[in-house]
Amino acid sequence: MPEITIRDAISQGLKEALDNDERVFIMGEDVGYYGGAYAVTKGFVQEYGERRIMDTPISESVFVGAGVGAAMAGLRPVVEIMTINFSLLAMDQIVNHAAKIHYMSGGQLKAPVIIRTVTGGGAGLAATHSQSLEGWYATVPGLKVITPATPYDALGLLRTAFKDENPIIYAEHDLLYRTRGEVPEEYYEVPFGQARIAREGTDITIVANSGMVRVAEDAAKKLEARGVSAEVIDLRTLRPLDIDTIAKSVHKTNRCIVVEETWRFGGFGSFIASEIQEIAFDDLDAPVARVGCADVPAPYSKPLEDLQIPNGDTIIREIERVIGL
Amino acid sequence: MTLKEKLNQQQVTEYYRMMLLIRRFEDRAAQAYMMGKVRGFLHLYSGEEAIAVGVMSVLKPQDYVVTHYRDHGHALARGIDPKAAMAELFGKATGTSKGKGGSMHLFDASINFMGGYAIVGGQFPLATGFALASAYKGTDQVTVCFFGDGALNEGEFHEAMNLASVWKLPVLFLLENNLYGMGTRVDRTYAGGHDVYKASEHYAMEAGVVDGMDVLAVRDSVTDAVDYIRQGNGPFLLEAKTYRFQGHSMADPGEYRDKEEEAEWLTKDPISNMRRQMLEEDLLSEKEIQALESEVDQVLDEAVRFADESPFPEPEALFENVYVE
Repeated sequence: MPEITIRDAISQGLKEALDNDERVFIMGEDVGYYGGAYAVTKGFVQEYGERRIMDTPISESVFVGAGVGAAMAGLRPVVEIMTINFSLLAMDQIVNHAAKIHYMSGGQLKAPVIIRTVTGGGAGLAATHSQSLEGWYATVPGLKVITPATPYDALGLLRTAFKDENPIIYAEHDLLYRTRGEVPEEYYEVPFGQARIAREGTDITIVANSGMVRVAEDAAKKLEARGVSAEVIDLRTLRPLDIDTIAKSVHKTNRCIVVEETWRFGGFGSFIASEIQEIAFDDLDAPVARVGCADVPAPYSKPLEDLQIPNGDTIIREIERVIGL
Repeated sequence: MTLKEKLNQQQVTEYYRMMLLIRRFEDRAAQAYMMGKVRGFLHLYSGEEAIAVGVMSVLKPQDYVVTHYRDHGHALARGIDPKAAMAELFGKATGTSKGKGGSMHLFDASINFMGGYAIVGGQFPLATGFALASAYKGTDQVTVCFFGDGALNEGEFHEAMNLASVWKLPVLFLLENNLYGMGTRVDRTYAGGHDVYKASEHYAMEAGVVDGMDVLAVRDSVTDAVDYIRQGNGPFLLEAKTYRFQGHSMADPGEYRDKEEEAEWLTKDPISNMRRQMLEEDLLSEKEIQALESEVDQVLDEAVRFADESPFPEPEALFENVYVE
């Protein structure tokens, strides 16, 4: 099986859609001749032309809304927002419009737009460029929120996104673009709402998504040397959210910790913790624990940023506490 | 300008009938609101009817119409069923959105009436999206985007005007300048002066201004603007000067407008003026006009009865149409 990067996997998924469906086009800031801020659409405008690869003004609200409108008018737009931090400028179009059209029109209209954006911190970009806000969008009924952590999932989930008729936030982690992984040559899809067991274990369940999956896996490896067997669950999609897979895992491990690259206050981990405690209370030997970012804006300086975002050590310390090592 | 010069008897009858239908629909809606049958916000279009009727008289069935929350007039003039519209106001299962949208969110996808939107300026990006879809597909559809003077200072106005002009999108931006954004007069909030259409200069966009109290004038100006757009010249900004005869919403005590100003605008009532003109020009007799008026009343009797007698949505409806399955 060929090994490719997440960046290549997303590019491949986009090209497939452009090749197979005339209704698909891509627009966003510098997606054309610049090649995309993260080079996902490099070479696209040369291959598909300006009609299908559109450089937009730096006007997040109007180009996201134009994507929503074009979707309502029967097309399948892919809108790229350079980072999820900039999506706040388009939040009205995403939350008040894209997410509501189908319901508010009594099912008459739909807005199958894919909003690709970049999430995550760790790149020294400070407070306004380092947030992981996908959890906010996941709180809104009407949206679907996709957060791939591997090349296999990046492609498989994107294929599913193109078949879905709903507005989708597809959040790519800035530090994962070069992550390599095996991707089969034969066609496959990854369904929404089906978490992946990234690593099997018996002593504790670590739930994570996006960039935190790799961090959780590293922590699990270190713990293995100390005789602790951790199961790592990659959520893949925040909405729909696969609580069943977590509950099944907790039934086996009796302990659960949720890791998210954002603030704990109101984070999606709080919802998962509450659900697991309701569904699987009798299975739990300890309260569901949570690890998140320090409750401050992201700092610029590296030593400070390293303290703000959860890492393997933070996770291990919390697991030691939960298990009582 | 006489009516006869421009319109045949059927058109005169049609326009008068529709303006009256809108005015009296609003009267019925206000009555129902006072009786507690309509809840939430209710914004009446009374006084501005000539704009909606003049615009719709020019459009083709395949054109897109999108508007703000003062949307009953646009919906009715576009051809929405008065029964379904009234039922929507009553929150009934037979409403245009099955009771999920209400007064501010009327939709009828079957006539490309793409909705009333209640976030001021929120419809601008969507309008560029409908127009983008038409351009992308190569159709000659035009999108009409209604907005009020209150929306002028939203960033989405600037973003949409710019994008539409840069991409030469087939949109008619139709400003209904009724002089007040809720209770605040436009010259206290907009730095560009009274002739707002001049804002188009900054976007290298063609523009015009029209007496929004005269259906014939609106029809003429919109005909020119739509021809210009359909020929592929890009967007157009048309400012219609108008006035609302009621408060901003039913909750508005109306203490901020000068009584003399109100009285002066009432003399410009597009409906009573057209009625007088029809009689003067012998287009319709008093008897024929009265027959028309009682026919309108019958339609509205029927609409109110339908709304009254229709069932409320079943509890299951709560969870329907959140997502496209």
